[in-house]
Amino acid sequence: MLTYILRRLLYSVVVLFAASFLVFTMVSAAGDPMSELRLNPLISEETLQRQAEEKHLNDPIPVRYVYWVKEAVTDKFGTPLFVNEPIWDDLKRVIPHTLALVLAAELISLLIGVSIGIYSAIKQYSVFDYAATTFSFLGFAMPVFWLALMVQIAVTNLFLAWNVRIFYTSGLSSPDPGTGLHWLLDRAQHLALPVMVLCVLNLAVYSRFMRASLLEVVNTDYVRTARAKGLTEQRVTMRHAVRNALIPVVTLAALNFGALIGGAIITEQIFQLDGMGNYFIQNLFSQDVYPIMAWLMITAIAIIIFNLIADILYGVLDPRVRYD
Amino acid sequence: MTEQSLERDRTAFAGAGAAIPADVGASTDPTLVHESGLEVEVRSQWTYARRRFMRHRLAVASLVILIVIFTAGFTAPWIAPYSFEGYDINNLEVGPTFSGGHVFGTDLLGRDYFSRVLYGIRTSIHVAFVVTILTVIIGTSIGMVAGYYSRWADNLLMRFTDLILTLPALAVLLTAAAFLGHGSQYRVAVIVSLLLWTLLARIVRGQFLSLREKEYIDAAKAAGSGDLRIMLRHMLPNALGPIVVFATLTLGGAILLESYLSYLGFGVQPPTPALGKLIADGQDVSSHDWWLVTFPGLTIVLIVLCINFVGDGLRDALDPTQRIRA
Repeated sequence: MLTYILRRLLYSVVVLFAASFLVFTMVSAAGDPMSELRLNPLISEETLQRQAEEKHLNDPIPVRYVYWVKEAVTDKFGTPLFVNEPIWDDLKRVIPHTLALVLAAELISLLIGVSIGIYSAIKQYSVFDYAATTFSFLGFAMPVFWLALMVQIAVTNLFLAWNVRIFYTSGLSSPDPGTGLHWLLDRAQHLALPVMVLCVLNLAVYSRFMRASLLEVVNTDYVRTARAKGLTEQRVTMRHAVRNALIPVVTLAALNFGALIGGAIITEQIFQLDGMGNYFIQNLFSQDVYPIMAWLMITAIAIIIFNLIADILYGVLDPRVRYD
Repeated sequence: MTEQSLERDRTAFAGAGAAIPADVGASTDPTLVHESGLEVEVRSQWTYARRRFMRHRLAVASLVILIVIFTAGFTAPWIAPYSFEGYDINNLEVGPTFSGGHVFGTDLLGRDYFSRVLYGIRTSIHVAFVVTILTVIIGTSIGMVAGYYSRWADNLLMRFTDLILTLPALAVLLTAAAFLGHGSQYRVAVIVSLLLWTLLARIVRGQFLSLREKEYIDAAKAAGSGDLRIMLRHMLPNALGPIVVFATLTLGGAILLESYLSYLGFGVQPPTPALGKLIADGQDVSSHDWWLVTFPGLTIVLIVLCINFVGDGLRDALDPTQRIRA
């Protein structure tokens, strides 16, 4: 078990290096990062030279990559190209915000999605099942940003028409959020809509997957045995079928983390949350290589950790799986 | 073309003295009996697939809707009531109405949104088709090589998949589009397909791994066929079902991805209208001009929904054993 984890981690480090090198090369080869600064008459040629020297912009790309790795490891990703503030300070601020958003969405959608899936499978071909199927097909076809905008329009108009303010449509907190419980309530009112939008995206995936997984398990021999023993239908489903059907959902939930981060990029943009997604888009617009590399590495590490946890959990839940 | 090639293969097998493989012919019909050297009226797998598809009513209806939408998109320059940047100064910010001819309303500049949506469909479908064709070509060729030769090609494919799975797809796509896209639709299409091909390559690889062990492949080898001929003539037609299904789903996925990119400002650049960009243009005034966001979005939902239904129907028709998305 321990050797398995160690080997996986070692392999992940190699993958991380390969991925970062590919992205770094792609982004650096795209063009001169200083081209916009050169157009600015207020910045002298000397300053530009000094800046280029400092960031090793005159060296070939592999050399620049090595410098970047060194800075990333020893100095927490260093500073952006043009700003002299550490990248890590910004990341430290935005990561908890995104983590709260993503984890809340993941937990809520797992809970609801799995329940919908179980009920759909038990009552296969019922009205509920068809409704859930329709809903998830819509979920698969809907662009997240459109859903977010529609929700925003609805809630804004609710406020304009009747002066009802249950949820906020932008920002992370009010100018004066208060403390303690007031602060928590304020934060919840701000996060509710983005979390809801992310949930809709996930619900479609989880409910369909759970339904299929349970339908597969229901036809196995051990479920038939449980029925033959004379157990009640509820006990058969909850104790014998659902537990086993849940196992593959664990893997899916972990693999889905990357998609959730992608969803967060868009929802944060629309609801103007000061999170990782917003930070990423800002830096894409300013075409700054270093914050983007830092961002990608942090998310990649998170994804690797989630996948590793899922694999280990899988083995714990299903003793038939052997690591070697 | 496939019908012919299947027929030719069957005679080739008969000539080589090999048994006629059960899964190449119309094995589902018990009334057809094959005998070596006898001319038999053949109904191909594709006839059966077409019949199975036609039974899937939702898929057929979706296909009809899609054909209508696609035709409208491709003929936008001729059928759109207004040009996509023509201003109607007398009708600024009009809500959707049938009387003035602005079915989807107009924006702050008086541009007719129905026409803009038609042009947007044109752009989006254009990008989506290029993405799908590229993805299928890249994914199928690499999947074929990985599945047939195994070893190094297989290894390379799997390692590359690991690489892509480590980073959030949308983030990589955005980065590539922001630095390399330059707003050209073809560049955007290439970038999207470079991200999508691994999925198809894995599917094709799986198919080829199992097809490789079939007896008729041994027969083809014994008859002296080269590797390329075996891959293209004997194995590829038998793996076409999953490929067609995946290609359909890719079409829908590509429309969604392109709309994400265009919405965030890294996709197709103005003045070319794209569906995602139309939504982005409308969002600043969305609280009162709700139609500017609603209709382009509904168009995307409708297109992708129909494509997914068609994909479902195709899966039932071509590939009853496989379930990508349950």
